[in-house]
Amino acid sequence: MNQLLEISFSSLASSIHSWLSSAIANATILNVVEMAIAGVCLLVFLVPLCFVLGYMERKVAAFMQLRLGPNRVGPKGTLQIVADTVKLIFKEGLTPNASDKFLFNLAPIIVVVVSMLVMAPIAFAKNFQLWDLNIGVLYVTSISSIAVIGILMAGWSSYNKYSLLGAMRSGAQIVSYELSVGLSIISIVIMTGSLKISDIVMSQADGWWIFKGHLPIFISFVIFVIASTAEINRAPFDLSEAEQELTGGFHTEYSGMKFAMFLLAEYINLFVVSAMAATLFLGGWMPFHIGHWEAFNHIMDFIPSSLWFLGKTFAIIFIIMQFRWTFPRLRVDQLLNLEWKYLLPISMVNIILVTIMAIMGWYL
Amino acid sequence: MNTLMLAVEQSTPINYLPVVLQLLVAIGFVIFMVGVTHLLGPKRKTADKLINFESGIPQVGNARQPMAIKYFLVAILFVLFDVEVIFFYPYAINFKELGTEGFMAVLMFVAFFLCGFIYIIKKGALEWEE
Repeated sequence: MNQLLEISFSSLASSIHSWLSSAIANATILNVVEMAIAGVCLLVFLVPLCFVLGYMERKVAAFMQLRLGPNRVGPKGTLQIVADTVKLIFKEGLTPNASDKFLFNLAPIIVVVVSMLVMAPIAFAKNFQLWDLNIGVLYVTSISSIAVIGILMAGWSSYNKYSLLGAMRSGAQIVSYELSVGLSIISIVIMTGSLKISDIVMSQADGWWIFKGHLPIFISFVIFVIASTAEINRAPFDLSEAEQELTGGFHTEYSGMKFAMFLLAEYINLFVVSAMAATLFLGGWMPFHIGHWEAFNHIMDFIPSSLWFLGKTFAIIFIIMQFRWTFPRLRVDQLLNLEWKYLLPISMVNIILVTIMAIMGWYL
Repeated sequence: MNTLMLAVEQSTPINYLPVVLQLLVAIGFVIFMVGVTHLLGPKRKTADKLINFESGIPQVGNARQPMAIKYFLVAILFVLFDVEVIFFYPYAINFKELGTEGFMAVLMFVAFFLCGFIYIIKKGALEWEE
C-alpha cells in the first residue's frame, strides 16, 4: 500500500535516472541524454498546457459574459482548440513584400524560445525540477526581459504603422513594469536570503510567505500580480495589441503558424508568471498547513505536491483571466503613470519595510 | 562574504549546459512547427496579399516614421532604474551578514534613488499630455 502511495514525479524521475545510469556508463553522455529527455518532457507538457489555457480562456470569457463559449467540437467544446490548431497548421504563412524578411521570421522564434527557456527552473512538484540553478529567480527575470526584443523586432520589421505603434507601446510598457516585478521578487529574496527556487519553496514549509510575511509581502504579491499582468501584455494592459485602435498591434501582419507562435508564447508566459507568483508567495508545491492541527495537516499532506503546485498556479491564472473581462483597457499615459507614479514608489518603500521586518525578525 | 564565494564556486560553465540544451530543444520545436506549416500550407502568393494591411485602404506614406520621443525617454529611465534594482539582488542575499551598517548604506542608496525619482517627476519626464 505504501509503495502505491509513493508513486510521484520525483520517484519516477529517480527510477528513470537509475535505469539510464545502468544502461549508459559515461557520465557526460548520461547527463546530456537526461537533459534531452527533460527537454522533450517539457514540450510534451507545454502543448496540452496551451490547449487547456486556450480552452480555459474562452470558457472564462463566456462565463463572465453569460455566454456558453465553445460547445460544439468534442465534449463541452474541449476539442475546439485542437481543431483551431490543426487549422493554423494548414494556413499559409505570409511575409509581406515590404517587410524585413529575416527579422520578420526571426521575431516569433525569439518570443517563443525565450518563454520556453523561462520554464526551466520552475519546481513542478516535490524534488521535481528541470534545473535547480543557484540564481533561479534572477535567471527568470533576466531571460523573460529578452522577450521585448522579439516584440520590437516583430513590430518594426512588419513595415506597418499599427505594428510599429503597438511594438513601441509594448516596449515602453514591458520595461516599465519590469521594475516593479523585480522589486517584488527582491522582497521575497530578502526574506529567504536565496535566489534558488528550491530554497525559496523550502523556506515556506512552516507557512506561505503571503501569510507569514504580513502586510508588506501581501503588498508585494498584489504588485507582482498587477505588474506581471502588464509585463505579459494581457488585458487590461493589452494596449500593444488593442484591436479597436491598432487592429492586431505588433502581430498585425503575422498569419498561420507564425501568428500561433505569438499566441503560444502568450500562454506560456501566462503560465510562467502564475507559477512564479505561486512559488514565491503561495509556497510552490508546499501543502497548506495550519499551525498545530495535526490531523488537518496530515490530510493536506496526502494531496500530491504536483496538484498543489498546479492548483495554485491555475488559481492565479483564473484571477488574471478575470482581470481581462473586469477592467477597461488603460490609455498609454495612464499606464505609465500607474507604474512610475504609483507602483514604483510603493514598491520602493515596501522593500524598506520588508528589510526592516526581516532584520527585526517580525515574521513567524 | 562566505555565501558570495560559494555562489561563485558553483557557477562553472558546465552548470549552464541545461540552458543550452533547452535552447536547442526550443529552437528545434519552433522551426519544426513553422517548417511543417510551410510544407503543408498553400502557397498562393498574389500581389494584393503581400501588401501591408492598412484597414483596407491603399498604404499612405512610410511606416518607418519617427516615433514620439517619450517612448525612448521611458526606455532610458528604465535602464537607470533597472541598474538600481539589480544592485538590490546582492544586498538581498547578504543582508543578514551586513547587518545594521549595510542597512544604513541601503537606506542612503534608496534616498539617492528617490532624489533622482523626484527630479525626473519635477522635470516632467513622465508627463504625457501636451
